[in-house]
Amino acid sequence: MQDLGGAIQLALSLIVSADRNLAEIVSLSLLVSLTATALSCIIGVTLGAVLATTRFAGRGAVIAVVNALMGLPPVVIGLIVYLALSRSGPLGFLGLLYTPTAMIIAQTILVTPIVAALSRQILEDLHVEYDEYFRSLCLPHRNVVAALIWDGRFSVLTAGLAGFGRAVAEVGAVIIVGGNIDHLTRVMTTAIALETSKGDLALALALGTILMAIALFVNGLVYYIRCTALRSAYA
Amino acid sequence: MKLVAYAIAVSAILATGPGPAAAQDRSILVQSTTSTANSGLYDYLLPIFHDKTGITVNVVAVGTGQAIKNAQNCDGDVLLVHATPAEEKFVADGFGVKRSDLMYNDFIIVGPAADPAGVKGMKDAEAALTKIAGSKSIFASRGDDSGTHKKEQALWKSAGIDPTGASGSWYRETGSGMGATLNTGIGMGAYVLTDRATWISFANKGDFEIVVEGAKNLFNQYGVILVNPEKCPSVKTEEGQAFIDWLLSDDGQTAIAGYRVDGQQLFFPDAS
Repeated sequence: MQDLGGAIQLALSLIVSADRNLAEIVSLSLLVSLTATALSCIIGVTLGAVLATTRFAGRGAVIAVVNALMGLPPVVIGLIVYLALSRSGPLGFLGLLYTPTAMIIAQTILVTPIVAALSRQILEDLHVEYDEYFRSLCLPHRNVVAALIWDGRFSVLTAGLAGFGRAVAEVGAVIIVGGNIDHLTRVMTTAIALETSKGDLALALALGTILMAIALFVNGLVYYIRCTALRSAYA
Repeated sequence: MKLVAYAIAVSAILATGPGPAAAQDRSILVQSTTSTANSGLYDYLLPIFHDKTGITVNVVAVGTGQAIKNAQNCDGDVLLVHATPAEEKFVADGFGVKRSDLMYNDFIIVGPAADPAGVKGMKDAEAALTKIAGSKSIFASRGDDSGTHKKEQALWKSAGIDPTGASGSWYRETGSGMGATLNTGIGMGAYVLTDRATWISFANKGDFEIVVEGAKNLFNQYGVILVNPEKCPSVKTEEGQAFIDWLLSDDGQTAIAGYRVDGQQLFFPDAS
């Protein structure tokens, strides 16, 4: 039976040999998931800020729906995006199915509720703290939102990281809308699924180890930026 | 960090734009089966075809049932699967132009070395299935409407057994691809019907071996069909037909015969 040690060894040798296929798969994974996360942050933080600072009828219901959408199974999102982008679907004329763009769309839909729900909670807690202060300044709503996002930027960044983690780790949506096509739409997770189905468990595990290392690197980088920024803020 | 992410986002959208549909990009999309893809056949064939014609062939590997469904939705130019009756229906319904025999191999039943049902060495697939059912030995089925699943259902039917009544007890439907089902079957010590190509190139065999092979009705025919451009205007007729013509030509047939894993030929060309 192939063991964990063998998989880690294989992972290291893949990295050291700078395997060209691996580099291609890793960069597509990062491209798709980082783009989807960035788009989700733009949409999600805006939505979260609006929900955190405004009061309207049905707000509770909207928050409950956004929170519930965090649990959307990637396969379901994949199917919905597939049906929309399929040549026989409403957006079929765009010819986007089985392209990285389709994968970005699916992951953006997957991640946006996570960023929105988490940043809504973060910004709402901040808002409670600052509410009287803001009111005493008679700030326009737009400035309140901007100030809250700026003040909570590091916590909001963590929400973005949670979204990135979800995006880079999911396989259900990208395998349906991307098709796992070699040199075109194959990413880390779909490659892992493929090697598993070929019975090459060691290679699958090695790819999984590399994926985890990448996630660790991205998180470490964000943590480093945060620490540097905090240090300069106190200096 | 955010700025970098935005830059990536913008360049991604610019770079991927309309994707493979871009004007001068000569590429086609083939809807095909997990068995041909998992066996490594395409990794061997497609570079040869690309060198000759400059056409890039992108393969989506799913079960035969899903491949046909995707092609019916016009999400593909060529269909290459292994379920002749379903393929003929696809053409008869107007979704495909014409079906051609391409190649064949055969199905086999693999099982644990201990062979709890005592079917090892049998040449008759129905009799072997009857023994497996009689001894309530675990059998792992694809359960995913794929070509292999359809074949298995046909074998049970001609053996006069309806295993779905035992679904969840000794008859276990994994609902997944060939490789995943083999992984599951090997984990459970279950008998599995598989195509020979996937089995030969499968890397996680454990103590499993071939127990039933060589029966006439275990024949596994692959066919290739151009998706009908009258139903699906997006079909790249010229490039798709070029791929089919090459596969069926002496050149393509020789290439198929030349693909070997561990010295064994996986597919046998039989275009007429």
